[in-house]
Order: sequence, then C-alpha cells, then structure tokens
Amino acid sequence: MKRGEVPQDSRPEYGGERRALYALDEKGRYTTAPSAGWSADGIVNQQAVEEYARLAAGALQRARAGLASPLEFHMYDCRMEVESLAPTVGLWRWRVRRHLKPHVFAALPPELLARYADGLGIPVQRLTTLPPP
Amino acid sequence: MTATFDHRHSGHCESGVTSALLRQGGLELSEPMALGLSAGMTFVHIPFFKIGGLPLTSYRMPPGAIYKGLAKALGFKVHREKFSTPEAGMRALDAHLAAGRVVGAQSSVFWLPYFPPPLRFHFNAHNLIVYGKDGGDYLISDPVFEHPQRCAAPDLAKARFAKGALAPKGLLFYPEDLPASVDYARAVPRAIRKTVNMMLRAPLPFVGLRAVRWLARRIEKLKAGDPRYARLYVGQVVRMQEEIGTGGGGFRFMYAAFLQEAGAKLSNAALLEASDKMTATGDAWRQFGLAGAKFVKDKDHPDYAALTAALLRCADSEEQVYRFLLASYL
Repeated sequence: MKRGEVPQDSRPEYGGERRALYALDEKGRYTTAPSAGWSADGIVNQQAVEEYARLAAGALQRARAGLASPLEFHMYDCRMEVESLAPTVGLWRWRVRRHLKPHVFAALPPELLARYADGLGIPVQRLTTLPPP
Repeated sequence: MTATFDHRHSGHCESGVTSALLRQGGLELSEPMALGLSAGMTFVHIPFFKIGGLPLTSYRMPPGAIYKGLAKALGFKVHREKFSTPEAGMRALDAHLAAGRVVGAQSSVFWLPYFPPPLRFHFNAHNLIVYGKDGGDYLISDPVFEHPQRCAAPDLAKARFAKGALAPKGLLFYPEDLPASVDYARAVPRAIRKTVNMMLRAPLPFVGLRAVRWLARRIEKLKAGDPRYARLYVGQVVRMQEEIGTGGGGFRFMYAAFLQEAGAKLSNAALLEASDKMTATGDAWRQFGLAGAKFVKDKDHPDYAALTAALLRCADSEEQVYRFLLASYL
C-alpha cells in the first residue's frame, strides 16, 4: 500500500479519530500514515454493532411480553452474550441461561443482582427494569 | 507526578506500547521491529474456539507474546504485576507514577470512555501506557490514538479490572535490564526463521498458511448453510484483520516495514525484496477485506467463490514470501 492509497473514508465509527497505517512513501520507504477510516472496516464494524442492537431489540420485545427477563436485554445492550457474561460475573453458563427466564430472574437474591449490575456496569435499579417504550 | 512522554501514533496497541516503553528506557526500537523481532505475526483460525458464537480468528500471537518474545530475543526482562483488588492495583499505579516510572497496562476496550462507542467491544487485552496523573485523571498514551488521552480514575480502574476472558487483573508491566543496543545480525534471522516455520510448518491445521487455506475452503462450504451466519462469520474474520490497530492488511504491511528496516540495517538485498513481496501480500489481504465487506453488505448477491479465491490468493502470495526467505536469506 502506498501513502496515496491509504483509505480516507471518513467514518462515523471513528468519532473523528484517525488510525495509523503502514504505507510506502514516494521513495518506497515505509512510514506510518494517518487514515480517517476505510469503508470495508466500517462495514464489518457496523455489522457487529447492528447484530448486538438486533439481539437487544428482540430481547426487549420478549421481555415486554413477559417471555424473557430484563437481564437478556441488558446483556445484549452491553454487547455481551451468555458466553461472555458468564465468566464476567463468575457463574456457569447454564445458570446465566436460567436467569434469562423472567420468573427465575424475579426471585434472584440481591447479591446476584449486584454481581450482574457490576458486570454490566449499570445500577441494580436499571438492571431489573426495562427502558420506557 | 508526570513524566515527560513522547507519544507516537502506532499501528497496533501491543507493538506500539512495547516500542514506546523501550524508547522510554533508552533503547530506540521501531514498532515494526518490535513486531518482527518478537515473531509476533501469525495467522490462527480455531473453528471450535468461539468468540461471540463465531470461531476465533487472529492475525497475531496471543496477548503478551510481543513484549515477552522481544524480551527473550533481545535479552531483557519484563516486570509484571497483577492485583487481586482494584484498590491495590490503583495504589501500585500511583506509586509507579510518583516514582517517575512510565508503565504499560492491560485493559478492556469496552470500559475506556475515550474509545469511540462503535469501537467499544469486550476485548480485554488492550494495551496502553500510563505516564502521569493530573488531579483525578490519568494521562494515557494509547498508541492506537493519534494524540494522548485522559481517563478518570474510576473508569481506568473498571477497564483494568474488567472480568471475563483474558481478564487483565490490573496487569502493569515495564521492561528491566535493557541492553544498550540490539544485535540485529543475530536477532533478525532468528526471528524470521521462527515466523517462517510457524507459517509454513506448524504441526496444527489451525495455525499458519494451512489455516488460511482451511478457512478459504470453509467459506465456500458456508454456502450450504444459513446466509446470515455466513455474513457474520466473514464479517468477524475481516473485523479481526482490520480493527483495533492491525496496521491494516492483518499486520502484513507492518511486517513488510520490519523486513525493509532489517534489510537496510543489515544491507541485505534479499530482505528488501522480501519486503516488496510482503507488501504485495498485504495488498492481497486488503483485497480480501474489500471482498469480505462486499459480501457482508450485498445480501442479495453473495459471492462465496470470489471470497474463497481472494483468500487463497493471500495464502499463495504469503507463501511466496516465506519460500523466498528460506531460499535466499535463511
């Protein structure tokens, strides 16, 4: 990649930040060149962000219908899934999966709620409720 | 309380942090040299080791391998401290700063407020440098950012003590007993041999060019399955190639820069030629990245065969570099 080929596709993902890429200058020497973003990188990043948003929206709908606990929504909203949340809160996956059921979640002791709230970085009060429609 | 620190924008967090800490210790070593001499570049694809439900793909050695590998190659030590509580970890950080020591720290990306929100995922093996404290804020040189950053103490504590896979446990590190200079004539061929062996002769099919070709064939087979899963699968592979500071092209351009710098230092024409070939390989990876992004976006016309072909071109181009190095340099 030559310096002139360093992508400058200004992407919202970068929030105005630039990243350093290694590219060849006019004399064929490698230097770092700032890049405002690359469309290909932006597309796959957006895909990952949208996938969590899609999962969160689905969980929210099910939680409102009483089919899932608020934990499922907050988990996806925090860009986690059962596989990553379980080690974060120090529980087995099957336990986390159980806690996605509304009646099991409703009966959780305060200690466990506090652990989930800490792992997701939100107050307990938010963990047990859903955002207003 | 604040050491003077020369922030440099780098292609990748760990190689950038390593290069900067060495420079601070009086040993000038570029970021590509840190990557190359530590033999930190690789390719790994492990189908049964899942992250977010998708196979692990990596273009680099596991976290920590760059500074550890470099310490071994150049003969210095890396002082490492982990902590059981955030309080102890933050106290130790303050003590280092009070003593005028600049330290590397491992942290989560998700909990660092200065990262743009779309880039914040739960990746726990990010590396940054803390070089000072100003009131309640820590002064941070994060090499993948163009300028130094600030981070409030509670946020940094949360990021350093994020739990889950690759939990940093507040890891702080800095090099000790640095040599006065680097014996490039000895270190360069050793490091290159290590990378060439790993890429061409790894005994496991998940590592090296065998893994690239395995992945290429796997993508073709995804055609028979759920197209949404195929898009997520491909998206993840490209994301690991391009995101969070890989120098673009999955580290191949940075490795080309290493080969070029080594060639100039050792006056070796073969290394310079290998660098050109590696640049072509980086370009091939960029073509694959473009094809992958198109595959993700263009839901109605997914071209599995084109993607497989683009990936096989990466493997072929990269193989030429290693075969050339074996024949003309090693």
